[in-house]
Amino acid sequence: MTRHFSLTRRGFLASVAAGGFALGFRIPAAAQDAATATTELNAWVVIHPDDTVVIRVARIEMGQGTLTGLAQLVAEELDADWEKVTWEYPTPGQNVARDRVWGAFGTYGSQGIRASQQYVREGGAAARAMLLQAAANRWGVDPATLTVSKGVISGPDGQTLRYGELAAEAAQVAVPAEIQLKDPSTWTIAGQPVKRLDTMGKLDGSQIYAIDMKLPGMVSAAIRQAPVMGSTVASFDAEAVMGMPGVQKVLQIDNDAVAVVADTWWRAKTALDALQIEWTESEHANLSMADIHAMLDEGLRSEDAFVGTQAGDVSAAVQNAANVVEAEYYFPWQHHATMEPMNATALVTADRCEVWVATQDAEAELAVASEASGLEIPQCEVYRVHLGGGFGRRASSHEYTRQAVLIAKEMPGTPVKLIWSREEDMIHGTFHPITKARMVGALDDQGNLTGLHMRISGQSILANLMPFMLEEGKDPFTFQGLNPDGEEGQFGYTVPNLLIDHAMRNPPVRPGFWRGVNNNQNAFYLETFMDELAHAAGRDPLEFRRAHMANHPRHLAVLEAAAEGIGWDTPPPDGVFRGLCQHMGYGSYVAAAAEVSVDDRGQLTIHRIVAATDPGNVVNPQQIEAQIEGSFAMGLSAALHGEITVEGGRIQQENYDTYPVITMWEMPAVESLIRPSGGFWGGVGEPTIFVAAPAVLNAVFAATGKRIRQLPLDSNSLRS
Amino acid sequence: MPRITVNGTVHDVDAEPETPLLWVLREQIGLTGTKYGCGIAVCGACTVHIGGMATRSCQVQLQDITPEDEITTIEGLSPDRTHPVQQAWLEVDVPQCGYCQSGQIMAAAALLANNPNPTDEDIAAEMTNICRCGTYNRIRAGIKRASELL
Ligand code: FES
Ligand code: FES
Repeated sequence: MTRHFSLTRRGFLASVAAGGFALGFRIPAAAQDAATATTELNAWVVIHPDDTVVIRVARIEMGQGTLTGLAQLVAEELDADWEKVTWEYPTPGQNVARDRVWGAFGTYGSQGIRASQQYVREGGAAARAMLLQAAANRWGVDPATLTVSKGVISGPDGQTLRYGELAAEAAQVAVPAEIQLKDPSTWTIAGQPVKRLDTMGKLDGSQIYAIDMKLPGMVSAAIRQAPVMGSTVASFDAEAVMGMPGVQKVLQIDNDAVAVVADTWWRAKTALDALQIEWTESEHANLSMADIHAMLDEGLRSEDAFVGTQAGDVSAAVQNAANVVEAEYYFPWQHHATMEPMNATALVTADRCEVWVATQDAEAELAVASEASGLEIPQCEVYRVHLGGGFGRRASSHEYTRQAVLIAKEMPGTPVKLIWSREEDMIHGTFHPITKARMVGALDDQGNLTGLHMRISGQSILANLMPFMLEEGKDPFTFQGLNPDGEEGQFGYTVPNLLIDHAMRNPPVRPGFWRGVNNNQNAFYLETFMDELAHAAGRDPLEFRRAHMANHPRHLAVLEAAAEGIGWDTPPPDGVFRGLCQHMGYGSYVAAAAEVSVDDRGQLTIHRIVAATDPGNVVNPQQIEAQIEGSFAMGLSAALHGEITVEGGRIQQENYDTYPVITMWEMPAVESLIRPSGGFWGGVGEPTIFVAAPAVLNAVFAATGKRIRQLPLDSNSLRS
Repeated sequence: MPRITVNGTVHDVDAEPETPLLWVLREQIGLTGTKYGCGIAVCGACTVHIGGMATRSCQVQLQDITPEDEITTIEGLSPDRTHPVQQAWLEVDVPQCGYCQSGQIMAAAALLANNPNPTDEDIAAEMTNICRCGTYNRIRAGIKRASELL
């Protein structure tokens, strides 16, 4: 899967830090690999003599379809034959060695396509131009007289040459100085609902995920990390389990974990379960949800808060209001619960450290491998193995890799596979942040929203994970989707007196980036409250929103599309009720409408969802549909069932029995309306997840008159 | 040494009698298509067929299996990915990350073997495997399509 390049060429970690990189089509030192006669035209495109086109993918595939989408974009500009396209991942070591020719590997923030589309398309277009020039040279004609279709170049006299025949010569041609990219309206590969490139191995068990790694002589490790946050290893009785079947080693990792190494993982885990470990008393040993709720409640009323968006004078608007509406909301911690638990395989020798891992950021893993092994970056390498889900969990906090390397360091020359049990995975998650909100709305006598105060109280991801990104203490990510301007996530309403602020309260439970990130609670707070305001004003929720959206035509367009799709203007079937909402995040505009019913016992049925999205440009509509469907599964899981809690300093949920997720019987039908308005590139993997909860909860209100302000819905009774 | 029959081949296994079949398959026999998700019978990622019955292999111990039990894993469902469920999955482009799909496919194949024309309700009742990527609607469509291909 991975072709190797000279790692000694130039530029190591410094270039990673520098971040800049040239257009991705520098000619490598050794353009031609004699053994296989494959030709690298540039960093993105490799062509085999049999016309197979290998497209290099720097971002990671974790189910979201990015791999196929990026390959479509390169193949489109290349005019490749899609039937002959395959792909490979370069390694982060190769990226470092080649001055980061592939740019960023990090795959999060719905950036996989939007942040790399420009340079990967340029890579495809440059390769195409070089192939054309090579053909023109052979035939002694002007390249402008040539045409290309599906990897075959035709000359003015009807002569043809295949890409596979020309690749070696094309690699010697000068890189074009100027590149013209195609207008998306002319695309034939990109923009099409092509099938994914990575399905085959997922049908017969042959796809290797990180947890499936096998290396000669490999051993396996199971680990127990301090169950109570903040406590450390006091002692453990290694001797007592050393005689158990297959056990090779029992060792402490850092100050807060103990690992058992055995010939198989099951034996390692069995011995670990038998191992007595004493932990030190932690300062958090009495931490409970009551403390955390009190901390957040205090923040709801605190004088001090970081201001996100401000306009006019909210206090005055509230004073002069004909009607003031107030409500408090709660969005609990959520776990990613990727189906594949965290794991990593490491092989360390005196002068080399190699890691095989499922990761959303292989370059960060490379730095972790270097740091944990004590070896220099050029002595380390990370191989990207398929991910059994990411959702943000594998984007930061790569402690499983650190642990695997630390164990492997104690067993030089022996590959070690470390697998976290599901229980370790859940207890030691990086959770969707916990927050509450206090919403105050001022309505005038016409039922128009004249003032809105949205106070968010709670956890900051950046303060915990990336404090260097704080702006004088403020976490700007907290305001995702609520920004007054910009292309990333704009507040979709015009309210003359507006204050959105954040009282940062950080309980000692580790937060992380969770699909949709802060947009999830922000959309839940804002869009259910907008529904409350509409009802308080006696206005239709669509009409009420529309009245405040004149300056936000793209937000409004998707909202109206979703409303039309659900049939908002016609009455729903008997016993069925509707709700809707909209939000903008990761550069895309999304909206949803839901139809639900609630029976006499309070059992909710979600019959139907219509979701509209405007991501600007569309690379693969059927993959967007898949992401929209998946977003409802995950977003509704959180809204209906998801809550991570802490008592006695310990996470209470350990597996899917106590952290339930949606299964087939609860999954609604989802109809996707993809409405690209062009001219920009928005994300796809995350945006729709934010509108899942509010659309359904607004419909639940319509059905029951019960306003769900505390998630998950399971903690509420719908008929009492 | 305990002996088990997987995909028609007999294996002598070096493992303790309490070892879950899941880990025997993955670590002793080297068939990693069967996945570990929860270890407590909730997620279905470890689903295999034993005598044609969909079974969560994390809950079956080596000592409960006899050499006569015919165990089929995802690797043995068809020699060449032509089982109707596999064909339908390809047509509908079901998998996202794919980690749950071995279990989903094995559960769907067992469902169709017993009920070649399942209704949506039958599918919802029988298909209890978790897919965290949320491919449920495509799984449903895939089962319907596979039912036509049977
Ligand atoms: S691993 Fe067996 S049901 Fe989850
Ligand atoms: S496809 Fe990822 S868990 Fe099902």
